[in-house]
Amino acid sequence: MSILHAIFQPGLFSNSSVQDAAVVGAVVALVCAPVGVFTVVRGQSFAGHAFADVTATGGSAAFLLGVSPLFGFVVMALAGAGATELLGAERQRGRDLATGVVLGAGLGLSALLLYLTTTTQSTTGAAVTVLFGSIFAVSSSTLPMVIGFGATALFLVGLVYRPLLLSSINPDLASAQGPGLRVVGLVYMVSLALSVALSALTIGAILSTALLIGPAAAALRIAKSPGRAIACAAVIGVAATWAGIILAYDSYNWPPAQQGWPVSFFVVSLVLAAYLLAQLTGRLARRD
Amino acid sequence: MLSGLFSGFMVGTWLEASVMALVAGAVGFFVVLRGSSFAAHAIPQGAFTGAAGAALIGANTLLGVGTFSLLGVVAIARWGRRGQHDVVTALSLVTLLGIGSLFLSMSTQYAEQTFSLLFGEPLAVSSSDLLPTAVLGAACITMVVVLFRPLMLSSVAPELAAARGIRPARIELFFLLSVGVATTMALPVVGALLVFSLMIGPPATARFVTDRPALAMAVSGALGLITVWVSITASFWSNWPIGFFVGTFAVVWYVIGRSLARWRRKPGPVVPLELAGAGSR
Repeated sequence: MSILHAIFQPGLFSNSSVQDAAVVGAVVALVCAPVGVFTVVRGQSFAGHAFADVTATGGSAAFLLGVSPLFGFVVMALAGAGATELLGAERQRGRDLATGVVLGAGLGLSALLLYLTTTTQSTTGAAVTVLFGSIFAVSSSTLPMVIGFGATALFLVGLVYRPLLLSSINPDLASAQGPGLRVVGLVYMVSLALSVALSALTIGAILSTALLIGPAAAALRIAKSPGRAIACAAVIGVAATWAGIILAYDSYNWPPAQQGWPVSFFVVSLVLAAYLLAQLTGRLARRD
Repeated sequence: MLSGLFSGFMVGTWLEASVMALVAGAVGFFVVLRGSSFAAHAIPQGAFTGAAGAALIGANTLLGVGTFSLLGVVAIARWGRRGQHDVVTALSLVTLLGIGSLFLSMSTQYAEQTFSLLFGEPLAVSSSDLLPTAVLGAACITMVVVLFRPLMLSSVAPELAAARGIRPARIELFFLLSVGVATTMALPVVGALLVFSLMIGPPATARFVTDRPALAMAVSGALGLITVWVSITASFWSNWPIGFFVGTFAVVWYVIGRSLARWRRKPGPVVPLELAGAGSR
């Protein structure tokens, strides 16, 4: 019992910001599971990470204008997806370069916006909040929006699930089947942008890649089919976020500062641990 | 407004920034050639953790950045052989940054310092940093010159390089090391998030303009110099973060390069013809 009490500190379940955080974390992890699996299979981790970084611009603009950060994250992620699509070449190498250039522009702009925020308002630490996140600061009025955007992303992925799977695994065969490939790619990009924005709200713009890529990459190491990989990624993602929230709540009395360790740190560490574990079991299973 | 731009305390900045632009230009040429934008982005961003950690324990920033650049390089190079390369790069990056978020939460430093580590601070160079920077820069340029041929060959014709006994994993490690060194030099001035803009903006344009490797490196270095010089001046004058100017410049260069290439009716960078025979010489 005492161990249970040490893990689940008193007040954990009745704390309203913990409850909100748990809901947001679960929604985000569920959305990131299918989108993340496709991102890993398609080898588009860089695009995913670039959108994540670019959302920081939206978050900073939201701080400056005083609107909800989620709104800024979503708008900017979608804009980033559009810009990359517009600049991007067909070949992998050209695409990476275009992604990098757009990413640099976005980060530069967020530098400026954050600078203007700190000079015009008395807010300090806007940069850290936008980039490294704080799930406990998500207000409960944002919850319907989180669920709405999450549902949209899931619906979009569900809509193009089969052609997307085919084009991810065998692009040549898919392109032989019809001209709808570009539309499928675009729908995937939009759902990627949405899930990255949600993830940015949870663990911060530049860390959100962890929730997108980590659980999916771990799941793909152990699961045999795409469906199972998605389910597995969802379980890992939800477990990592919830455990991260609990640990962060516990850490309020931890040294050195007695002000709590960041949720993002715990979530990222747990996701990494899951990936390493999956890599290990995957290798052991192959040896048998 | 610009008085003081060339005064004593700025001399270090000008020297350091110029060396850094040349190094980034040379290393960046290979970043673009090898299509390693993600690694060139991940190493500096992960190295931010080193800067935050150094601020936390009161150590030298260069030392912290160098250590964490090295960690990032080793993680990406060694771990990348086993898993999917882009996934491993992403995971290494977020792991380092996760530790960085922990350092930030523990530190009692002002938000201002964090901001300048992320987005650049032209006055970050103290005169005691000049010697290590010069040594690092010289080492990096030497490495690129010595490794020029094997690096070129393994980037352009991997099979040919393998046939000649060049180990791709080792070349990749050396290449990433040079990215790490360039990062260590540039991070305090340009900021962790924008170092990679310097490593892909000017070189990408240079590749659009010319097919000859040596000329491309020279053009890339020159564009890099213009970028940092104008950015430092603009940042000094406006007080806006230097990263904003560097990031914007990268886009400007890229758009100019693309338009030039299209105007000359070239589809994009092509493999230089003279390289096809590079291995036989």
